[in-house]
Amino acid sequence: MTINEIQDELIEEFSLFGDWMEKYENIIQMGKELPLIDEQYKTDDNLIKGCQSRVWLHADYKDGNIVFTADSDAIITKGLVSMVVRVLSNHTPNEIVNADLYFVDQIGLKEHLSVTRSNGLLSMIKQMKMYALALQTKENAN
Amino acid sequence: MKEATTLVQEALDIQRIRKDFPILSSTVNGKPLVYFDNAATSQKPWSVIKAIEHYYTDLNSNVHRGVHTLSQKATDAFEASRKKIADFINAAHDYEVIYTRGTTESINLVAHSFGKQFVKEGDIIIISSLEHHSNIVPWQILCEEKNATLKVIPINEKGELIMEAFKEMLSEKVKLVSVNYVSNSLGTVNPVREIIEAAHQYNIPVMLDAAQAVQHIPLDVQELDVDFLAFSGHKMYGPTGIGILYGKEKWLNAMPPYQGGGEMIKTVTFEKTTYNDLPFKFEAGTPNIEASICLGTAVDYINEIGLENIQQYEHELVEYATEKLSAIDGIKFIGTADNKASVVSFNIANIHPYDVGVILDKLGIAVRTGHHCTQPLMDIFCIPGTVRASFAFYNTKEEIDVLVEGVKRAVKMLS
Repeated sequence: MTINEIQDELIEEFSLFGDWMEKYENIIQMGKELPLIDEQYKTDDNLIKGCQSRVWLHADYKDGNIVFTADSDAIITKGLVSMVVRVLSNHTPNEIVNADLYFVDQIGLKEHLSVTRSNGLLSMIKQMKMYALALQTKENAN
Repeated sequence: MKEATTLVQEALDIQRIRKDFPILSSTVNGKPLVYFDNAATSQKPWSVIKAIEHYYTDLNSNVHRGVHTLSQKATDAFEASRKKIADFINAAHDYEVIYTRGTTESINLVAHSFGKQFVKEGDIIIISSLEHHSNIVPWQILCEEKNATLKVIPINEKGELIMEAFKEMLSEKVKLVSVNYVSNSLGTVNPVREIIEAAHQYNIPVMLDAAQAVQHIPLDVQELDVDFLAFSGHKMYGPTGIGILYGKEKWLNAMPPYQGGGEMIKTVTFEKTTYNDLPFKFEAGTPNIEASICLGTAVDYINEIGLENIQQYEHELVEYATEKLSAIDGIKFIGTADNKASVVSFNIANIHPYDVGVILDKLGIAVRTGHHCTQPLMDIFCIPGTVRASFAFYNTKEEIDVLVEGVKRAVKMLS
């Protein structure tokens, strides 16, 4: 599936929920279900510091695709992180660099991408794109 | 007989007071706003909002320079406000009250100017474990520059300063003690009288960060015999971008200016500048005239309600919130000092404070979550942060009930 197809799938999933509470219950559930990252990668090097919650991000490069794993100490952030990982992981650097993450806004969670929420999510997305950009540049150079 | 709480609430007529603050009748996420982030900033009464309008419609002009009528009117209002603020804290002289941008700038001013004049290599500055970053970092910068040492008063598990340890830290080497009056994270009210007395035995001046005190506790700088005192306008129902540094005349006169520019000079030639008298020596450039004047309006408003009434009523809010929140399974209060003001800080089981804050926001309840810019303090408690509800006199017990229900709902969702 393309990045946009995954995003559309997520938007459709969330359209089933009537109110904010159901949406958040779903995000919390997503946060609880996923063991997102291997413990060995929860290091300070992989830590993205938001003002409030912390996010760990690890990237592998396999067969032309970037595989992201991540985690957060706050469960709502972790649920959001799991969605971003679902959308961006297993795609080429080029696809990731050019991705427009419209799903967070469309699901009605735009506030979590604001700088003031300081939950590390925005920094995580930036970091993912930076990683992809570095690989893209490297590939183009070869 | 009615309970004391009810009597104070009636004496203050909270419902009438709430009408003075237009934002309190607004809704957030479709719910009536419950505003419990007063330690971050307070809401503004109509009188302050109207004073801002009045300034721009009737007074706007630069101060201390113009011979024209408007400039004179603005200058009169600017200086009248300074006098109100001086009276509010009982300063011996109006010129001991310096307008700054806020508490942070006030502390930086002292760290810079006092530090330049009085601190040298090998000296010691004392702060406490309860300090906000703005009462840590300026001293770290100073100590690094001067090769001086920063020492930190430890706290006990309740979040109270260990006074014996503090007293043992005092020596001839200590050049300044700078502590907050009330902790913004925990609400601890520090024994400032005892601190000042102990420091003065060694002739050490004391600076108080009163950002979380001046709107809750009646303050008398002469009676306290405090050397410097800092606070912000926006936390005391006034505008943002304005703050006060109170300093004893003898210190302010002995300190060099903080910034150079207009207003702080007496004469300038390319060879030599002579500095203006207090308070202007520390007020370089065009000040925040509007906010300075309207801070005086905020002081009028506080005086009208009465700080003693405010203190008593807010104390009852803290007691009520503590009692009601205690019923929640797994709740742990961070900061359980015997003497607390206006703040309840807590965590619940292993739930991250950020998650609680997000759910409460959806319910229209504004609390602060995180480390509250006191990271070293959070490290002492080994936590990433807390959920903090901070109260003002316009809050009600009914709103605390809404908070308690909100927290229960958040816990149910997040467990």
